This record gives sequence, structure tokens and C-alpha cells, in this order.
Amino acid sequence: MRAVLTVIGKDRVGIIAGISTILAQCNVNILDLTQTIMQDIFTMMMLVDVSKCSISFSDLSDSLESKGSDLGLSVKIQHEDIFSSMHRI
Amino acid sequence: MISPFEVIETIKMIQEENLDIRTITMGISLRDCCHPDAGAACIRIYDKITRLSRDLVKVGEEIEREYGIPIINKRISVTPIALVAESSDEEKYLRFAQTLDKAADTAGVNFIGGFSALVHKGYTKGDGRLIRSIPEALATTRKVCSSVNVATTKAGINMDAVREMGLIIKEAAQLTADQGGLACAKLVVFANVPEDNPFMAGAFHGVGEPECVINVGVSGPGAIKSALEKVKGADFGVVAETIKKKAFKITRMGELVAREASRRLGVPFGIVDLSLAPTPAIGDSVAHILEEMGLEKCGAHGTTAALALLNDAVKKGGTMASSYVGGLSGAFIPISEDAGMIDAVKSGALSLEKLEAMTCVCSVGLDMIVIPGSTPAHTISAIIADEIAIGVINNKTTAVRIIPAPGKEVGEVVEFGGLLGSGPVMKVSQFGSSDFIQRGGRVPAPIHSLSN
Repeated sequence: MRAVLTVIGKDRVGIIAGISTILAQCNVNILDLTQTIMQDIFTMMMLVDVSKCSISFSDLSDSLESKGSDLGLSVKIQHEDIFSSMHRI
Repeated sequence: MISPFEVIETIKMIQEENLDIRTITMGISLRDCCHPDAGAACIRIYDKITRLSRDLVKVGEEIEREYGIPIINKRISVTPIALVAESSDEEKYLRFAQTLDKAADTAGVNFIGGFSALVHKGYTKGDGRLIRSIPEALATTRKVCSSVNVATTKAGINMDAVREMGLIIKEAAQLTADQGGLACAKLVVFANVPEDNPFMAGAFHGVGEPECVINVGVSGPGAIKSALEKVKGADFGVVAETIKKKAFKITRMGELVAREASRRLGVPFGIVDLSLAPTPAIGDSVAHILEEMGLEKCGAHGTTAALALLNDAVKKGGTMASSYVGGLSGAFIPISEDAGMIDAVKSGALSLEKLEAMTCVCSVGLDMIVIPGSTPAHTISAIIADEIAIGVINNKTTAVRIIPAPGKEVGEVVEFGGLLGSGPVMKVSQFGSSDFIQRGGRVPAPIHSLSN
């Protein structure tokens, strides 16, 4: 299963390092990564493969969200299909 | 890969515009639970519901988590209980209602629909017993919802049932007087009731439905309103297109969740109900969409036209997004559950008469209307008759969910709490309809029902 990870908030040192460390520890592979500043807000988006993830999706989501709140950012991980079904016919 | 703008749009719709899946409703047939002994029938009912719905809430929560889309309600609808209970000699069907309540508790759902009877042409023994049990059944249970279909375009209107429902609604209000007549918020009187509606309080599992099925209701008035904010002053072609595009995206989410829930539960997918269902939360109001189109307040002249456009555009956008559409599918305009509607009534902009006109062009009908507790039963029956006639003649579903709040007068507000919200007491006509309602009998089916 592939999921989209989004990080939204104020830019600061260590965002990618913080997030990717968790992903690496959980055996989640990063397939693609983009980042941009939209309306002065740092927005990072990762496409990740969670099929070999060593913990449950729900635990992964919890640990990413808590890392996000440590960094003062909103971090969400969602199944890729929610975006493709909404935006692709 | 999906573009960042698309990802942000989806996240914004969920986080800021209250987009959600309003309900995953599991329909369960109880036709094989009939038994001459009511106790044995209740055991069968409880066992079947709890067996089939065991994973419903768990799967709903998993999907919510994985896809990051809130699923507000998990619910169950069952075969109209009148059909199941009438094999027994039980005089009152309270035991059946209590069994449903208990099964809903075990399943972890917040409502169970189907304490229902279909009497558009007349009563069977079980229909009469069920209807007479409704007030006490709703007053003594928490999660059971009830509905009665009193008319169809094909059969006409059963005016005996319309008369009786006025009395039943009054009695249900009296029995829950300390809660503002709460039992009436769980009771719907229908014309042309759909058999696959996932929304409460009118959901039941129709006789043409399979053994078990998953139906999903979407929502998202906030997302539509915020899309319209970006096209201020544009003509109605642009307004309709904007609504269609947003409705498409909202419904795609419903279709995805319905398919996924159906796959994980091993239960067939039934329909997606394309409804705009408001909640009392700020930013989740259908009335505010109408106001965004340029009306000073919902209820002003032009409101019916605005609602007609909204309702049609939602269906056009939604139909393309789902393989099977059903249920009520249209904008809901409940008063107590919509912050904008509450406001419109309080400010005097929206009257019962205007609401009645609005129900001609949308689903579903006079919904969550609080009226003075002193309103006589025949006036309530006459309100029902008017609304039901609109449905029968226009070949659409209409419904009445009305609460004559005991001891309350126009200007007061009744608090129901949660999704049921709070309802300002609305004015009804002071002129009587008693002799009209006393006639009884059946109003024949309209000429255009003869379509064969």
C-alpha cells in the first residue's frame, strides 16, 4: 500500500530529518518527495510505500503526528487512494 | 503523482470545510427472524444483528484512520419490524424495540433504524400494533428510530394513517416532555420512502434488498459553500458548474469509502446517498450555501430557486462520481441541525410555509421542525397531509419529522444536543383542520401514477 505523507507548517531546521528518521526506523520506503512554499507556508509531500512497514498503520500515523507536534507542524499520513479517487477519473 | 495542490485541496476540505462521510449504514434483513413466540423472535433478531455487524465499527474506524477522512456515524438499518413481529401474538412491540436498542449497544452504533411500517394502502395486524407501540418504544429506548410510510404515488395517501400519526406524534412528545419531546426526533412520516436510505431517522432495510448491504451517506455543505465563495457575482451557469465539480469530489470520497467498507466486511455495496447533510457546527450549513448565492437570509424570496439549483447540481456532479446512487440523494434542510436555518427562523426570515415550498425542490421534507406543544393532533396530521401530497403528486420522497414540544411556545428554543441540535419553536396556522382530517379513508393515486 502506498500512502501520501503531508507536512504543513512553518519552515525550520530538521523537518525532513525528523520525519525520515521515523520512516526509516519503521522500514517505510520514500518513493517521491516534493516541497514548496505555498502562501508562506512550508508544504512537504512524500509518497511512501508502507507495505513492509514494521508497525501498524495506526501506530505509524500516531508517531508521525506526535513528531509533528514536537516540531510545531501538522503531519498527516493517508492512503494514496483518497487523493487519486478524488482528483482522477 | 498527485500534485501538491490537489493534496492540499483534499486536506483543506476535510480539516477546514468539515467534509466527512456522514454515515456508513449496514442494512440487515430480519425476514428470517420471524417466530410465533415473540421472545424467540427477539433472540433471533439480536443474534443476527450482532453477528453481522460485529466488525462494522472497527472497520469504519480503520478506514477513517487510513484514509484520514472522518466517518461520523456507523449505523444499522433493519427490515421494517412490523413485517417481522406480526408472526407473533404479541400485542405491543416494545420487546422488539428494546431488542434493537440492545443490539445497537452491542454493535457500538449510535442509531438503529427500522422500527417501521409501510401502510400506504392500509394496515395489516402487525402494522397497527407497531404504530400504536411507537410512542412508548421511542420513549423507552435511546437508539431506535422509527418511520411510517403513509403514501406512495402509486397507491395514493392513507389518510387514516395520516390521522393516526398526528396522535402518535403528540403522544410521543408527551412521554418525553422532560426532554423537549425528543422521541419525535426519532420518528419520520414518509411518502414514497426509499428502501436503501442510510440516513436516520428514516432508514430501514427494504424488502427488495439483499441479506446484508452497505450504504454510505456523504456530506459536505462547508466544501460547497467555500467553493462558491471563490465565484462571487458570477452567473448561475458558473454557480451550477462550481457546485457540480465539488459534489463530484465529495461523492468520490463516499464511493471509495463504501467500496472499501464493503470489501473489508465482505458485504455487498448498495448505494451512495448524494446528500448534503448539515450539522449544527459552524461552516456545515446548507442555509449558508443559499445565502452565499446572494440571499440576505435563507427564507427570503429566491430561496426556493436557489435550493432547486443547488439540489440539481449536487445530483449531476454526484451521479458521475458513483456507480450506484440511491437513498434520499438531495440537500437536507433540517431546521435544528443547521446553524443557518436556526438563525433564519430566529430572525423571522424563514417560516413553515416557505419551508414547505422549499421541500418541493429538494429532499426530504419538513425535517426537525419544533412547533408549540399546544398544537392539536389534527393540525399535525394536516401538516403531514400537505407535505405528503407534495411527494405523491411530484413523484418524490417527502417526509415529516416534527416535534410538538410540550409546554413550549413560539420564540422559545428546545435543546436536543449533539447532531440533533437545537430547534426554535415555529409558528403554525391557528385555523383548524379537524373536520378535514376526520374524514379518513384514502386519497386515490394521482392520474400520472397510471404509467403502465
